[in-house]
Amino acid sequence: MRYLPKSPADREAMLKAIGVRSVDDLFAPVPPEFRLKRDLNIPRQMAESEIVDWFKLRSKENGDGYTSFLGAGAYFHYRPVVIDALVQRGEFLTSYTPYQPEFAQGTLQAIFEFQTMVAELTGMEVANASMYDGSTGAAEAVMMAVRITGKSGAVVARSLHPEYREVLGTYATHQGIPLKTVGFAESGPVDLKELQQAVSDDTACILIQSPNFFGTIEDVEAIAEIAHQHGALLIVSIAEAVSLGIVEPPRAADIVAMEAQSFGVPLGFGGPYCGVLATKDKFVRQMPGRLAGQTVDKKGKRGFVLTLATREQHIRREKATSNICTNQALVALMVNIFMTVYGKVGLRELAKQNLAKTAYAADQFARHAKVRFTGAPRFNEFVVETSEDPYAINSRLLGHKIVGGLPLKKFYPELGHAALWCCTELTTRSMIDTAVGLVADSERAVRSMKEVEQEVAR
Amino acid sequence: MKHMTRKATRHISQNEGLIFEKSSPGKAAWKLPPLDVPEVDTAKLLGKQERQDLGNMPEVSEIEIIRHFTRLSTWNYAIDLGMFPLGSCTMKYNPRVNEFVSRVEGLANGHPYQPEKISQGALRIIKTLSDCLLEITGMDAITLQPAAGAHGELTGILLVRAYHQSKGNARKKILIPDSAHGTNPATAATAGYAVENLKSNERGMVDVAALAAQMNEDVAALMLTNPNTLGVFEQDIHEIAELLHAKGGLLYMDGANMNALVAKARPGDFGVDVMHLNLHKTFSTPHGGGGPGSGPVAVKKILEPFLPKPVVITKPDGTLAFEYNRPQSVGRVRAFYGNFGMFIRALAYILANGPDGLRQTTEDAVLNANYIRKGLEGVYDLPYSTPSMHEVVFSDKLQSQKGVKTLDLAKRLIDYGFHPFTMAFPLIVHGALMIEPTESEPKEELDLFIEAMKSIAAEVEEDPQFVLDAPHNTRISRLDETQAARKPVLRWKPENAQ
Amino acid sequence: MSYPTDRRYTKEHEWITPDGTIGITHHAQEALGDIVFVDLPKVGTEITAGKTLGTVESVKAVSDIYAPVSGTVTSVNGELATAPEKVNKDAHGAWMLKITVKNPAEMNALLSSADYEKFVSEEAGH
Repeated sequence: MRYLPKSPADREAMLKAIGVRSVDDLFAPVPPEFRLKRDLNIPRQMAESEIVDWFKLRSKENGDGYTSFLGAGAYFHYRPVVIDALVQRGEFLTSYTPYQPEFAQGTLQAIFEFQTMVAELTGMEVANASMYDGSTGAAEAVMMAVRITGKSGAVVARSLHPEYREVLGTYATHQGIPLKTVGFAESGPVDLKELQQAVSDDTACILIQSPNFFGTIEDVEAIAEIAHQHGALLIVSIAEAVSLGIVEPPRAADIVAMEAQSFGVPLGFGGPYCGVLATKDKFVRQMPGRLAGQTVDKKGKRGFVLTLATREQHIRREKATSNICTNQALVALMVNIFMTVYGKVGLRELAKQNLAKTAYAADQFARHAKVRFTGAPRFNEFVVETSEDPYAINSRLLGHKIVGGLPLKKFYPELGHAALWCCTELTTRSMIDTAVGLVADSERAVRSMKEVEQEVAR
Repeated sequence: MKHMTRKATRHISQNEGLIFEKSSPGKAAWKLPPLDVPEVDTAKLLGKQERQDLGNMPEVSEIEIIRHFTRLSTWNYAIDLGMFPLGSCTMKYNPRVNEFVSRVEGLANGHPYQPEKISQGALRIIKTLSDCLLEITGMDAITLQPAAGAHGELTGILLVRAYHQSKGNARKKILIPDSAHGTNPATAATAGYAVENLKSNERGMVDVAALAAQMNEDVAALMLTNPNTLGVFEQDIHEIAELLHAKGGLLYMDGANMNALVAKARPGDFGVDVMHLNLHKTFSTPHGGGGPGSGPVAVKKILEPFLPKPVVITKPDGTLAFEYNRPQSVGRVRAFYGNFGMFIRALAYILANGPDGLRQTTEDAVLNANYIRKGLEGVYDLPYSTPSMHEVVFSDKLQSQKGVKTLDLAKRLIDYGFHPFTMAFPLIVHGALMIEPTESEPKEELDLFIEAMKSIAAEVEEDPQFVLDAPHNTRISRLDETQAARKPVLRWKPENAQ
Repeated sequence: MSYPTDRRYTKEHEWITPDGTIGITHHAQEALGDIVFVDLPKVGTEITAGKTLGTVESVKAVSDIYAPVSGTVTSVNGELATAPEKVNKDAHGAWMLKITVKNPAEMNALLSSADYEKFVSEEAGH
């Protein structure tokens, strides 16, 4: 086996040194009746070339060569090649959690820079070293708000990613956190009247997403005011991090729970991604997850350590702020490098291109179908309502190697034939024109079918 | 330096400031293509929502970015540089083909919501990995959704809760041995259970009599690591399972130490009802400086209805699909389907090994641990003489007589070119040195490690202060963690520029 | 170390003066090491004898602070929020909170300075 660095002679010598006759003697503690006496029934050992071929075949069966208009919490942005060149350095890839700071300064300083940039971009004072993803980050933020306020209820916007809501539901059930859901107004954002009614003095937090699941940018300040009137915290979930280049960050929020996948992390069929929590300094001791902090060594030289560890499971055990143990260090490093590459000016220009593509696409679609939620500014997603079932339209688009917008019926039955379309800087005008053309064909076909029916009826 | 070390030597390492300290307006490492749609008036589109300033975000060039992160990387220790004997962490070689195949275009760029018709490749990977893991564990059903080991634990305990609830009573508590990892009690609490400690016996194993006394109908499950954190196989495992089952409780196994069992023994065969695996330990996906992990949860048939949704099913026409209609499911624990990129890597590892390779891997892991045990016996105190599997736990008892503690030994080991062992854990050993070499170490590296540990023990006798002041050869010396915690500085600000 | 005789002590290593001022003992701060954070209840909180009222943290450990007697918190030492090291420097001077004692009789159940000193030395003997 090519990963095993021992010759038969080495093994013999080691067994002899230990003083046993065979390796079986070392497995004596396992009762004989539980020892597996056969080969595992798994594929045979493969050569590297065979492994590469096997996965290349799987890749071909997996949408390779298609262009896509899908977003909904997972966004296709360009990844500068320096990201993979750097994260594949063995010193990053194959190192451990930096518990021994003297020779883990590379990872620690990178985390410190990551925390700084996330805090800058989200408009918060402090950010952690990352969470599993945006969905679990949002759930952890709610539990954090419950600890801070000493209250238990959470009010959640229905325009928060539906799968984030499901994850929160799973956590909340077992934490005894009652959840109330608040709908969206006809124009797209959270229904503020309904929100006013749902929030009470027992509410620990309001959780919204902005830009929300439909791409609509929320009025964070107005919602923060409602939360704070009742002594509740406002948590803002951000699923599309690129928006922060041009959309005012949720400075009025108390906690920001962000999915940073857009910043240089491959779509990868849904993971691994990079959640992150950011908050105000005064709440930092209630924040879950790892934190890197600056300090000095014995000679006064600047260095970094994991700090405020007493919040964590390995010390507090059952009283910990969370059972979270790992962060997403390597993915956070991708995010870090992406933020560094684009920086202060590039992030804005990148976001602007996303905005322009989306504006163009939404205008084009609006000429043939109904674009919903136009009453508020949006970032790079928009909802198109068609006469025909979007699943049917999408299966025709698929024939042109185009993956159409996400049909919303599954998550929002009341939205009928609506689909969520997404454009990024990688969506070309010709892709947009082709997709719009095909949707227009469908609309025309339905219209002429209706005319025929009306004619027949006459 | 007191004793010459054969493994490590000093070399020049570059100083490097924070990226913000290199930033200067007008530098750039990015270039966007020309816009092929009309420009937009951002003020008109966004109104008061338009962001005016991105604060202290850096402006640097590409070469500076490459140098910055490359210099930082050289300050890290890594498996690629040498042995990483962290007990219960299973720091094994991370094969490069894993990285290569995870970046194949159709897999790296697959969108989680793309139609199933064009997701068959990803689904096949999930299905194949699931089948392999079920065969390896001897369990009946599995979810790959949890994002890490602790997340898997939580999922597993939620399954336990859902199971008991379906019988009308969720029960009140989870039993956890005093040798357990800190995530176990934290998990039980997160799932809404009270934690009850279970004492270990003098051999470092679960005290079966104590368990019998503590077991009653309030106990939902026992969370057990096997082999446990001492590297000892719980020989009474079947009796333990029977004691639990007799009172309707379930046996949860923390799979942190599965590297001692793969292809040699299967938890499903010895009475485990639910367990999680760590793909980043046993199945070679990289630790990456602290993540991402992946924590699949495998269960017996009785727990299958409760698995998180969706699950992967095979349709009559042989194609694969996600099944969402799971009325008894505990719900989702993560958006989408889990850390798919880690599934690719774990499967590539399993395919590279095959049944024979996995068996040899486990045997070598156990052989390596026992070789170290033999090499260091007598030099360091061995608190439990029970046979070791894949890891061995010593203590600092002999060295602490000279005032040298496990932490000091660890810091000195850094000077010898090795990552330290696991410390401060398990809690039942005072001043523990928990050593897990994994199968990835050649005999030469093990010999160097043993030599280094013996040399340090000799230094403790001759000049304890020298060990107390270690490390001596790193870029920076011991850091002031008290200051870091008292006055936390968690981000860079222009005013603390150096 | 001599323990002041103007107050009573608990086996969990807290001290309380007759007027209801509470802190942790010299022995406790020594066992914890460098204290980095003290988490105390808000003014007005009801505390119950023997129950946790807050925590004190060092870099690698967290320890609960138990209420020596029941009462209502009237004042909290805000200085400790920014200077927790004061507890290390002078544990018997660095008070943590003041309470109005609900039932002064509860004080009688606590240890005298001599008893506490004996208790600590016996504990160390183990």
